[in-house]
Amino acid sequence: MSDQSQSPGYAEAGRAEGSAVPAGSPGGVAPLIDESATYALRVNGRGEAVKAAWLGESLLYVLRERLGLAGSKNACEQGECGSCSVFVDGTLVCACCVLAADAVDADIVTVEGLAQGEALSDVQRCFVDEGAVQCGFCTPGLIVAVTDLLDRCPHAGDMEVREAISGNLCRCTGYGRIFAAVDAVRRRREARA
Amino acid sequence: MTVRALAAPAPPTPAAPTPTPAPPTPAAPGRPQLEATPGRVGESARRPDGIPKVKGQFAFSSDLWADGMLWGRTLRSPHPAARIRAVDTTAAARIPGVRAVLTAGDVPGKPCYGLEHADQPVFAGDVIRYQGEAVAAVAADHPEIAWRAAQAIAVDYEPHEPLTDAEAAITAPPIHPDGNVFRHLTITRGDPDATGDVTVEGTYEVGMQDQAFLGPESGMAIPSDDGGVELFISTQWLHVDRDQVAACLGLPVDRVRLTLAGVGGAFGAREDVSLQVHVCLLALKTGRPVKMVYSREESFFGHVHRHPARMSYRHTATRDGELVKVEARLLLDGGAYASSSTAVIANAACFAAGPYRVPNAVVDGWVVRTNNPPCGAMRGFGAVQACFGHESQMDKLAAALGVDPVELRLRNALRGGDELITGQRLTGTAPAREVIEAAAAHPLPPPPDPDADPMALPGGAGLTAERADVRRGVGFAVGFKNLMYSEGFDDYSTASVRLEEGPDGRPLATVHCAAAEVGQGFVTLAQQIVRSELGVERVVLRAADTQVGSAGSTSASRQTWMSGGAVQAACVAARDALLRRVAQARGVDFQGARRQLLTLRDGEVVHVEGVFRVPLVEALGGRPVEEVREYRHAPTLPLDDRGQGDAHVSYAFAAHRAVVDVDPELGLVRVVQIATGQDVGRALNPLQVTGQIEGGIAQGLGLAVMEEIVVTDGRVRNPSFTDYLIPTALDMPEVLATLIEQPEPGAPFGAKGVGEPPTISSTPAVVAAIRAATGLPLTRVPVSPEDIALARP
Ligand code: FES
Ligand code: FES
Repeated sequence: MSDQSQSPGYAEAGRAEGSAVPAGSPGGVAPLIDESATYALRVNGRGEAVKAAWLGESLLYVLRERLGLAGSKNACEQGECGSCSVFVDGTLVCACCVLAADAVDADIVTVEGLAQGEALSDVQRCFVDEGAVQCGFCTPGLIVAVTDLLDRCPHAGDMEVREAISGNLCRCTGYGRIFAAVDAVRRRREARA
Repeated sequence: MTVRALAAPAPPTPAAPTPTPAPPTPAAPGRPQLEATPGRVGESARRPDGIPKVKGQFAFSSDLWADGMLWGRTLRSPHPAARIRAVDTTAAARIPGVRAVLTAGDVPGKPCYGLEHADQPVFAGDVIRYQGEAVAAVAADHPEIAWRAAQAIAVDYEPHEPLTDAEAAITAPPIHPDGNVFRHLTITRGDPDATGDVTVEGTYEVGMQDQAFLGPESGMAIPSDDGGVELFISTQWLHVDRDQVAACLGLPVDRVRLTLAGVGGAFGAREDVSLQVHVCLLALKTGRPVKMVYSREESFFGHVHRHPARMSYRHTATRDGELVKVEARLLLDGGAYASSSTAVIANAACFAAGPYRVPNAVVDGWVVRTNNPPCGAMRGFGAVQACFGHESQMDKLAAALGVDPVELRLRNALRGGDELITGQRLTGTAPAREVIEAAAAHPLPPPPDPDADPMALPGGAGLTAERADVRRGVGFAVGFKNLMYSEGFDDYSTASVRLEEGPDGRPLATVHCAAAEVGQGFVTLAQQIVRSELGVERVVLRAADTQVGSAGSTSASRQTWMSGGAVQAACVAARDALLRRVAQARGVDFQGARRQLLTLRDGEVVHVEGVFRVPLVEALGGRPVEEVREYRHAPTLPLDDRGQGDAHVSYAFAAHRAVVDVDPELGLVRVVQIATGQDVGRALNPLQVTGQIEGGIAQGLGLAVMEEIVVTDGRVRNPSFTDYLIPTALDMPEVLATLIEQPEPGAPFGAKGVGEPPTISSTPAVVAAIRAATGLPLTRVPVSPEDIALARP
């Protein structure tokens, strides 16, 4: 039995055949990066030029690797974990599932844009105080998701909270302290209202 | 060179008032320090890394960035068993932007690595033993180019039939020169022919669980001027990584320097080397920084998993429900390489009978090599598998005797002074009864509410369950395991504590310890200990690295005890040095009992007879004191050929009661509540202990009803979070926890490790509850919907 396999083979879900090395170009390969491809993103209120990038890059990759905004995380890069949650034009999205070049003209807000300088947002503060952070890899995504939920539905009930963050996986906490943090934010906001 | 800092540097620098997307900040490569948050031992101090983590400024190993860095990528075998006839890298190397392509022939040092036995090749040379085994690695300018280059490597495989049955592996022709049996051990206690009034038998299986930490395997290697390499990495044990990496690179250990980069969870999966050697080889080959980040899919192939187990049990008891004898045969599938298999089977065997008085026992434990994915450490480490077996048996026995399952457990629960099946006497605290009583004492949830949100029914958002069909069940389980390393291992940790006048004129303590912070909160605890021991409020933690001695692994629930002990010992030594300095300066006799005359209290060196008091900074006299200490736990011994011996140091106990709602038609389960009692020795940070308990229970629940790496013919079928499910916020029930605080003699501050016990008996408790709701035997975890819906009692 013989098998001339050229693929890494272990499934590689989501990688189309078409993304394999194009034949017929010099050296068998077309250059990946189009030096003339330039676009601008607006992130946390600031214009950012993205130059000489591969147009296949996700918003998550561009934020993390080109703009130095590594707060959004990369736990799955296939829309399953929520660790990459950001706002695009006010809508909560998985940055790993958005092409960066598609987010031109949009207002992008990342976890880095939520604190006011040194002052933590109430969601951030309550996550720290209530013990909702362990390894912290899920944390930025959850901060963004909880911010979104409580801004949209200030009176969200427990089941709504659970449902709203059920797309944000956390492997460390069992969510107990995260629920406590969300409760604490609601209490603070109610006390202030 | 510009390298992104590994954590938000402290003290915090004033930031611009408007949100600033920080471009990669120039910073010394990875020497951050963590500031203290207030709180002493016993208080719920907040994590010092909490603020950078919520701001998205804490740098995990996948966040590192350096000028001119390249991206590494691994090529892995699609076959679980094959011979490699040829590897052709020419096409890959020709791709523009590709800087290096490495295969087995490019490993300058030892060709293999491994935690206990170096049996795993850095790159497979001629034999493939599992699907996903590394064959080559590439470095390129962009991750996509690296991926395409890996695709372009032509490997000529000759696949053959994989050996996938653990039972068959015992006698099958060896698939590795070291043979197929990693370890076979027997424990024989008392009279193997002892008889009783009642006997129950059962066979149980545990599927392959994944640690599924969220932060993917990742790291960056930077070549250094001396021909060595600097590696920033997420790991559980820097020094054992360093030793393995240096051996494979053919470099002396002092030219391989490791620094802990932010770790996104571990749970055992980062004990073994994954990309460490590959990324260093690529950096040395190209002379440039190289970053590697596994995709989630590659992560499922890149680390070891929890051993799947097949276990046969026979329990014999008197008619009064006293255990007479436990017989067990445990077979663990270790997969292709040894990893920590030999220690995992020892644990499974030692704890096979559970936390009960068992005068007679025969345990036959096997762990074998197959062409399945390699298995090793995961939270609970062998005790998890055994607990599902012995607790299923205890319920069977309770049913056979017609006694309450909790009552049966109480009747047999271990107490201080009892002997284990290994003949070791329990000399420390053993609150098995107390954890059982505490778990059972929690209030049960109210009965199912006919008006409840349908989201709360089994199946949740699917809104599939008929309320009238839902059945409730309650189940109970108890377990225990060893803390720290066993069987004679030289287990120690090192810490240094430096006391000096800080830049602000106040006393400052700096801790340096290589203990890996993986989320558990050692960084918080280390600072609490220093505050308690030295009364110094400002405590900073240097980055964990290999510039200080080994702290051992962040595993086996050991860092609170071991590295906590090392930090405490270094504090005591630093305090003594300071007091001696003051004694000398003041002409005070500091010999023998006279040492007691001086103490360090509330930031002052005080003569207890009121002769003088000196503020700490003045006592230092402009010179810091710095002390390094190694901490060792009491020695342990190997097991003898009958499996007898004082192999362990200390044990932690926990009990769980689970309440579930089941839709028997669709086989759907909702866990409604989990109540627990846990032996913690002493809770040094109650908030963090609670977090460990809740998080551990989530993983136990996952193994009970959803988590399994499905492997058929040696191939993994579900390497993604789409198909490998871990509990979400909708799956987790209310958790009620009681901490049993009985300070452990000999343990620093009396504290026991708390990470693993929550994961051990939560699984069998959930399954027992499903059995109670359905009447089904359910002998395998995870319990799938088909196991319920397609079975009839
Ligand atoms: S990284 Fe985007 S959802 Fe997981
Ligand atoms: S804190 Fe580690 S994944 Fe949530």
